[in-house]
Amino acid sequence: MTTHPALVLAGLSIGFALASSAISIAALWMPRVLRMVAMPLIALSGLSATAAGLLIMIHGGVSTFELPLGLPWLPWHIRIDALSGFFFCVIGVVSFAVGVYGPGYIRSFENGRDSLPALGGFTGLFLVGMLLVVLADDAFLFMVAWEVMSLSSYFLVAFHHDNAANRRAAFLYLLMAHIGGLAILLGFGVLASFGNGFAFDAMRGAHLSFVWASVTFALVFIGFGMKAGLVPLHAWLPEAHPVAPSHISALMSGVMLKVAVYGFIRVVFDLIGQFHWQWGVVILTIGSISAIMGVLFAMMQSDLKRLLAYSSVENLGIIFVGLGLSILFLGTGQMALGALAFVAALYHTINHALFKSLLFLGAGAILHSANEHNMEKMGGLLRRMPWTGGFFLIGCISISALPPFNGFVSEWLTFQAALQSWQLESGVLRSLVPISAAILALTGALVAATFVKVYGVSFLGQARSRPVRRARLVPLSMRYGQGILALLCVFLGVLPTSVLELINVVPLQLMGHGLVHATSQGWLWLTPISPQTASYGAFLVAVALVAALILGLWFFGRGIRRTRRCDAWDCGFAPPVPSMQYTATAFAQPFRRVFGLLFHINEGVERQNDGRQRYSLSMKDRTWNIFYAPVARAVEAASRRVTRLQSGNVRIYLGWSLATLLLLLWVIA
Amino acid sequence: MIIESWVLVLLQVLLYAALAPLLTGWIRKVKARLQNRRGASIFQPYRELYKLFTKEARMAHTASILYRAAPYIVFVATWLAASAIPLVATGLPTAAIADVIVIAGLLGLARFFLALAGMDVGTAFGGMGASREMLVSALAEPAMLMAMFTLAMTAHTTNLSSMVDYQMASGNILRPSYMFALAGLMLVAIAETGRIPVDNPATHLELTMIHEAMILEYSGRHLALMEWAAQLKLMLYGTLLANIFFPWGIALKADMPSLGIGLLLVMIKLAVLGIVLAAGESVLAKMRVFRVPAFLNLAFLLALLGLLSHVILEVGS
Amino acid sequence: MSLDHLSLLEQLMLVLAAIALFTSFILLEQARLVASIHAFAWQGALAAAVTTVVAASGGHTHLYFSAVLTLCLKALLIPWMLHRLVRKLELDRQIEPLRHPALVIMFAVALVIFSYWLVLPMVQQELVFTRNIVAVSLAIVLIGLLMMVVRQQAVVQVLGFMSMENGLFLAAVSATGGMPLVVELGVAFDVLVAMVLFGVFFFQIRESIDSLNVDRLNRLTERTEEER
Repeated sequence: MTTHPALVLAGLSIGFALASSAISIAALWMPRVLRMVAMPLIALSGLSATAAGLLIMIHGGVSTFELPLGLPWLPWHIRIDALSGFFFCVIGVVSFAVGVYGPGYIRSFENGRDSLPALGGFTGLFLVGMLLVVLADDAFLFMVAWEVMSLSSYFLVAFHHDNAANRRAAFLYLLMAHIGGLAILLGFGVLASFGNGFAFDAMRGAHLSFVWASVTFALVFIGFGMKAGLVPLHAWLPEAHPVAPSHISALMSGVMLKVAVYGFIRVVFDLIGQFHWQWGVVILTIGSISAIMGVLFAMMQSDLKRLLAYSSVENLGIIFVGLGLSILFLGTGQMALGALAFVAALYHTINHALFKSLLFLGAGAILHSANEHNMEKMGGLLRRMPWTGGFFLIGCISISALPPFNGFVSEWLTFQAALQSWQLESGVLRSLVPISAAILALTGALVAATFVKVYGVSFLGQARSRPVRRARLVPLSMRYGQGILALLCVFLGVLPTSVLELINVVPLQLMGHGLVHATSQGWLWLTPISPQTASYGAFLVAVALVAALILGLWFFGRGIRRTRRCDAWDCGFAPPVPSMQYTATAFAQPFRRVFGLLFHINEGVERQNDGRQRYSLSMKDRTWNIFYAPVARAVEAASRRVTRLQSGNVRIYLGWSLATLLLLLWVIA
Repeated sequence: MIIESWVLVLLQVLLYAALAPLLTGWIRKVKARLQNRRGASIFQPYRELYKLFTKEARMAHTASILYRAAPYIVFVATWLAASAIPLVATGLPTAAIADVIVIAGLLGLARFFLALAGMDVGTAFGGMGASREMLVSALAEPAMLMAMFTLAMTAHTTNLSSMVDYQMASGNILRPSYMFALAGLMLVAIAETGRIPVDNPATHLELTMIHEAMILEYSGRHLALMEWAAQLKLMLYGTLLANIFFPWGIALKADMPSLGIGLLLVMIKLAVLGIVLAAGESVLAKMRVFRVPAFLNLAFLLALLGLLSHVILEVGS
Repeated sequence: MSLDHLSLLEQLMLVLAAIALFTSFILLEQARLVASIHAFAWQGALAAAVTTVVAASGGHTHLYFSAVLTLCLKALLIPWMLHRLVRKLELDRQIEPLRHPALVIMFAVALVIFSYWLVLPMVQQELVFTRNIVAVSLAIVLIGLLMMVVRQQAVVQVLGFMSMENGLFLAAVSATGGMPLVVELGVAFDVLVAMVLFGVFFFQIRESIDSLNVDRLNRLTERTEEER
């Protein structure tokens, strides 16, 4: 097979990332090399990955290659097709932005105690792992790349290892990543035994009965779901993402979670190849639960990065709702609707990668300027950091799924897919799908509430602490990094038809169906099903809003009609002091009251010895008590029983060796 | 033909903006009469808006540029959402810009900026209003979307113009799902437009305000735009209820007599809805904030029952 | 089968059945006792209305009599008796809120979907219309039973029991065109006798355990254990 230029570009991107990793060792002697060489190499890697992805999606073909690495009878195969190309774009775009943002951010680490070579080296390896997972065409390379990705991200999470809580978070992350990896390996094992080979091509040809296909599906769902952070396997996400350096959190939340989605799609849609509506119902249920629980947890947080991590749980839930709808439709024979739901899930994937990375980079900017990650101490940052504030606002509007930005398009497509459930034959399914759509609507509204809280408390109002009052402007490179992502958010929101034309090739290749009418009315109107059923003119909405802003702010606000400054009215009370403002906890209080049953909330006021009152609030995740603690206790109990084998007596150990030897001899005979 | 339809679009859009204060004035007048007062004239809101536009706009020292931008975004987003709902005629080009979900999204955008503007000045009132408003809207959203889904499942479209056409074409059919969706949407409309029993539009006491708390600091043309946007939102919901559930009278052709009849009938329908709303506001008392979730859960239950009636009773097989 | 193929009376039947389902949800959730009794009265009136519509559309004249009987008994007499009982027991201002209303309502909705799924196998063409109303009636019965499970007040338990009977009546009327008149009268008489007995029992219960909370009935076992 001739090697497609996309494959060459993909290899180039891996090469750049490896080079970035290797050259970071030089940071032992020259700290500046990380900023000057390693980060730009990451940006170049991202750029070539994006180019590779775009090329293969425009071309629409498949290209494979066999690497001279790996075991003698099991060489590594790589393959790039439309699905890999799409995820290459996702990885590439975010890596490019992080590479541009990196130099400004890392400067603050250069005088610190943490090891710079580790940071640069493992970042490069992390990127290599992710790119190889998307390229892999056999189970061996897939698992090797998966492990590289998990291990290097573990070291990055444990970067600030002085803090014991960080070490604990990193350990939890490593543990769960390996349990998930084991489940995935077992899934591959089932597929390989039926397909007689570890190469994906062999697995595609395997014929699985319904039971075995469901077993594989369950294993793969658990494995990739754990990595993607679906409830109840999400506990590592809010611990691990906040403690990593912010540009790494952006990579983890924005890209690594998507690689888990890629793995799931590759195995279920491509390798297993059968679709059953029962699987769709299971995925739909778990996705909806993850979405609603994720956003409720996010609403209760006052640490900015932890809030963003929980919000990732919610968005992954939405992506899996789209995938579940797709499998539901495909399992009942509705191919066109399955393609629609699938495209909605893919669009949300790239949207989440863009706006979540943007938000994490913004959080990193705040950390850089004001050294603060607790929202209760922030405030008024829009006037100190106008560019970051503007980009962060775009991120907040996008994640709240409001027009005219990109989050709204994927949410709209998901609702349109759910609304087509009247074409299903089963009445029970016809009532269940709208209920999950209603849960999605509730989730969307709660996300808007959460991000009003985030933006309002952090960027608006008055500063609540001195470092925040004196926050500096961020360096140019950080502004450019955020700006790239913000621009892409706007682009994907305002020109969805062009983007959909590009994405349409993925379901066409995977399942043979695409969106037929999506662009039938031209680039202005998005009509996924037909023009009479639903249409959305994104560009026109954006134009109207921008025109209104220009007219209002510039045209009508000049000269004698300028707005004059004065003291705040506040119903005639004394001028407001920063501590009189609503805090993040206060903003979330109505939600705590309404949804409080789902959490373990301990709220109390106690009188202290010196006469002052002390208010305390603690919230715990109920899944710890229901799910994790019993499992941990059972594992400890089982291991305690096993340690009885270690009696300390030499003769008993020799006795075990004798018994094993006798057993093996008997088996061989 | 194309120019005619765009002229119609312009006409409909201007009618929305022009008639919205009239609806508010009418509701205030009916309420006053029910409470045995004479009440101000129904054109009083126009005079109030004019007065505000001529006054100076001020902003607090602690406010940022978002404070100045918010009124324009809120007003234009609400106006765009309203223009997609058929008022006097169906089949207009603007109907393709937004379907039901986009309308909900545009209203969400307006609400987002309204809440942020409330938090911008850094007073406790603004934060309180923003927090309560987001709670009410979060709980109202699933009810509204479920009611819209019920309608969309019957009409097989989310485009409002097509929904109206379907309703007119199918003749006089009693649908239990529509009845429940109507009841649910009425409750949602009361919550979203901030009327009694959810919020009192005429109060300035801190314990009782949601919408007023967010726009407390605004003055001059900014306040005029915010008030006008609230009136537009009320008219939006009224037109939604009137023209989707009782669409008879909407002009299907673009000639003068049908347009005239359409305008007259929609004004009559809105007047009747106004009387119902005013009567409800006079009879009910405002609920405390933490009873509002129960109110909105009732709305969601009604919408859900509408969906179940559709699936079980209407489609059947 | 789609809605425009049905006559106006049949559409009206569907509307009334749907509103009856709504009243059973209200019964499930209503905390105030007097309002619950009113909701039950409305449910009885709706059942009578459905009977009248079935009589008008099918031409069964004996159903008019049945409708009048249901109206007098279920919508007027029994609510009046319950109201009198409540006033004598001095319960008319009592409120008994549900502890987890969201969960209970979600379960009730699941019951509705479940009863729809149960009756799906009846796919004969002529029966499709009535099958759907049977699904709604089965849901009313199940929600009535759920009400008896989640509510603690004794009078509300009686309402749940009566609402189960309403659901069965609705199913019988719509599916088979009404029960024979003798059966009707027998059932109505039984229900009346049950009401009178309930009235007597409530006074007895309140005297022995000093409250009408059904959960407190287990106090009777504690007393027998003390006697041992």
